[in-house]
Amino acid sequence: MRIVLFAALATLFIGFAPVDVKAAGGEVKLDHQEWSFDGVFGRFDRQQLQRGFQVYREVCASCHSLDYIAFRNLEAIGYSEDQTKVLASEYTIEECCDDQGDIFDRPAIPADYIPNPYPNEQFARASNNGALPPDLSLMSKARHGGPDYVYSLINGYPDPDKSTPEMEAELMDGMYYNAVFEGNQIAMAQQLFDDLLEYSDGTDPTAKQMAKDVAAFLHWAAEPKLEMRKQTGVRVLLFTFVFTILAYFLKRRIWADVES
Amino acid sequence: MADAEEHQAVPTEDESRRDFLLHATLATGAVGVAVSMWPLINSMNPAADTLALSSVEASLAGLQEGQAITISWRGKPVFVRYRTAVEIEEARSERWQDMPDPQPDEERVQDDRYLIVIGVCTHLGCIPLGQKTTETRGDYGGYFCPCHGSHYDLSARIRRGPAPANLEVPEYIFLSETNIRIG
Amino acid sequence: MSTEKSWGTQAFDWFEERLPIVSFIDNTVGSKYPAPKNLNYFWNFGALAGFVMVIMILTGILLAMSYTPHVDHAFQSVERIMRDVNSGWLLRYMHANGASFFFIVVYIHIFRGLYYGSYKAPREVLWWLGIIIMLIMMMTAFTGYVLPWGQMSFWGATVITNLFSAIPVIGDEIVTLLWGGFSVDNPTLNRFFALHFLMPFVLVGVVILHVWALHIPGSNNPLGINATPKDKIPFHPYYTAKDAFGLGVFLLVYFTVVFWFPNAMGHTDNYIPANPLSTPAHIVPEWYFLPFYAILRSIDDKLTGVILMFGSILILFVIPWLDTSRVRSATFRPIFRVLFWIFLIDCVVLTWCGAQLPEGIPLILTRVGTFWYFFHFLVLMPVIGWIETPRPLPTSISTPVVAKPAE
Repeated sequence: MRIVLFAALATLFIGFAPVDVKAAGGEVKLDHQEWSFDGVFGRFDRQQLQRGFQVYREVCASCHSLDYIAFRNLEAIGYSEDQTKVLASEYTIEECCDDQGDIFDRPAIPADYIPNPYPNEQFARASNNGALPPDLSLMSKARHGGPDYVYSLINGYPDPDKSTPEMEAELMDGMYYNAVFEGNQIAMAQQLFDDLLEYSDGTDPTAKQMAKDVAAFLHWAAEPKLEMRKQTGVRVLLFTFVFTILAYFLKRRIWADVES
Repeated sequence: MADAEEHQAVPTEDESRRDFLLHATLATGAVGVAVSMWPLINSMNPAADTLALSSVEASLAGLQEGQAITISWRGKPVFVRYRTAVEIEEARSERWQDMPDPQPDEERVQDDRYLIVIGVCTHLGCIPLGQKTTETRGDYGGYFCPCHGSHYDLSARIRRGPAPANLEVPEYIFLSETNIRIG
Repeated sequence: MSTEKSWGTQAFDWFEERLPIVSFIDNTVGSKYPAPKNLNYFWNFGALAGFVMVIMILTGILLAMSYTPHVDHAFQSVERIMRDVNSGWLLRYMHANGASFFFIVVYIHIFRGLYYGSYKAPREVLWWLGIIIMLIMMMTAFTGYVLPWGQMSFWGATVITNLFSAIPVIGDEIVTLLWGGFSVDNPTLNRFFALHFLMPFVLVGVVILHVWALHIPGSNNPLGINATPKDKIPFHPYYTAKDAFGLGVFLLVYFTVVFWFPNAMGHTDNYIPANPLSTPAHIVPEWYFLPFYAILRSIDDKLTGVILMFGSILILFVIPWLDTSRVRSATFRPIFRVLFWIFLIDCVVLTWCGAQLPEGIPLILTRVGTFWYFFHFLVLMPVIGWIETPRPLPTSISTPVVAKPAE
């Protein structure tokens, strides 16, 4: 039937969709993980998101900003409104200006966004060997593989016992070998090691666990509406399906005399 | 177009089935359109970041007696005046029943010392003068609107001039002795 | 007994006497508009395109209420829409994917026209209006993609606007005029927003002309022979019902993408804020521009590439005359039918090529594909029309058809 043809054509076009070029250089093999938010009915695991937030705060936030997340957004990962107030108040915001015209400090409120670790780009570069630690709010959507990429990159540092002299020899000054990063040289040293921090919920803080949690957290940071999106989708699709079935039979009835 | 009309003739026993099917399909379609209109219209309602700023907390700790501060809330100025005992007495001594917008002072303040009102003239929306000690406070010691000459008293009630109502008292609560949340 | 009309009917008649909207609708798409009875599902795509156009305008206007067309705020305003605006994520994903689906639907609609000879007399102006619609769609999509001000937005804008410098003598001045400056920057973004907002309404006007031009001769049909009154049925309820069903199927596909694969047809680089000092490794336009992008890069010389790219669309204006066959529908044109499928495959190959770096095998394929594209229209279409022996046409749509060749 023509419908099949249309559906096939549509699939063909969509199949061409990820037309991103991987022409030059081979494709990097990412360490694919099972994520709770994958699939038709995907949901975030709030415990995991909170652990991931802890990893971000204690490890990543000293260099990486998270510009698009406000403290009030953290209610979505399981904190109460009061908890977000307390969390926010631990941070200081610079604000203009008092009656003398000077910039003054005030504690953050939930409406504020998580402050940038650096006052400006130049300061950030100067503190990091000329490299700019990118903002992480959208990292999970800005790279192929999304959370798999983030996870694999954080885990992509060579085992110190297994690093070969060749890997060391080719590295430029201040760079580190990473199996996943484009060009295999990254300005960020390995950050996650086993037992680097203690999880408040008692989960064993292995490097892989922390990497997984922070990757999940960053995916939430990039797509906070994911759950709402998929849930709405289920309802919309069911409804549309019912409509389509009804419309089909109605069409058949109306056309019965012509199609005889 | 006789033939085209012929095609509309349908046996009656099928007709009732077509009607049910027709109505069911139309209804489903109509419901679908109606339900999908809501998110579109709702997208014009205040967004989450706007709502986050719908209430503001302020500390009155630094405010001295006789002084006033202006707090920005939902894009509007809120006047907070720390009234002296004399000013409170004056606000209560007049016959409020005779005023253009009758209201006793007791109803307009939670803590007698702090007069908290939205600093927008109820006539046409200008910001009245009187917060700063250098500004005129009108004939009743409260506020004076320079646009069309409305005079407000020490309870920010309209006493003379074209404004129809007292300055609006916003929703606020005292979180502590000196901290308030407006909105 | 009086046959007094109800108050409602009287009020309705009063209005209809003065502005006959309802009977106008009834005559154009209702029970008084006759359409051939043998239209297949490929005839659904015009109505689908109209529906998608409405979705785009609705979501677009709502998005415009929250979007800021300034280089310092654009990217952030889009993220605000995604995170803070009620249902903003839905508006954005519907709009972005709606653009892709608009092109899917319109491309199928165009290929239907090519297969069944819908561009032939007396529908030449209808065909022209369609090409103009496609051109306006392309300009709208191009300016729209710049608005989020991501890396692809910026660099796509830079590459494509730079093309105009290939125009001899005045090329550079034209580019400066387009940019409003010396590179793609805030003036460019601001004016692209204005144009992006404007063009859909121009599009509506051209669509109205397009439907009007269609209604003069009426629809073509899969057999390609003129439909007589006895071959026709009223558009309502037959085709309104069929369009409703087709719409349902379309929505199932569209919603599946919007709700579960909203970024599948996009580019991850566009989630990186535009950086004029850092060029992405591979600058790729959206998929619906890829075949034209491939044609552009098939030739080393910039001006020739530009001419070929625009030529590939402009050539469509003359195919009613390039195609010399007296038979409309490919159903009865055995050689042309094969060439049609080859042409379709050629377009698909060019699409793939547009996403590759122009070197090695992809470059060879691009050049062959580009050559074939023009060869198909400029040589094959006229020649085959002369030399082909079409299959015998049925005498009418209503008479039982002699065994049709399987499609």
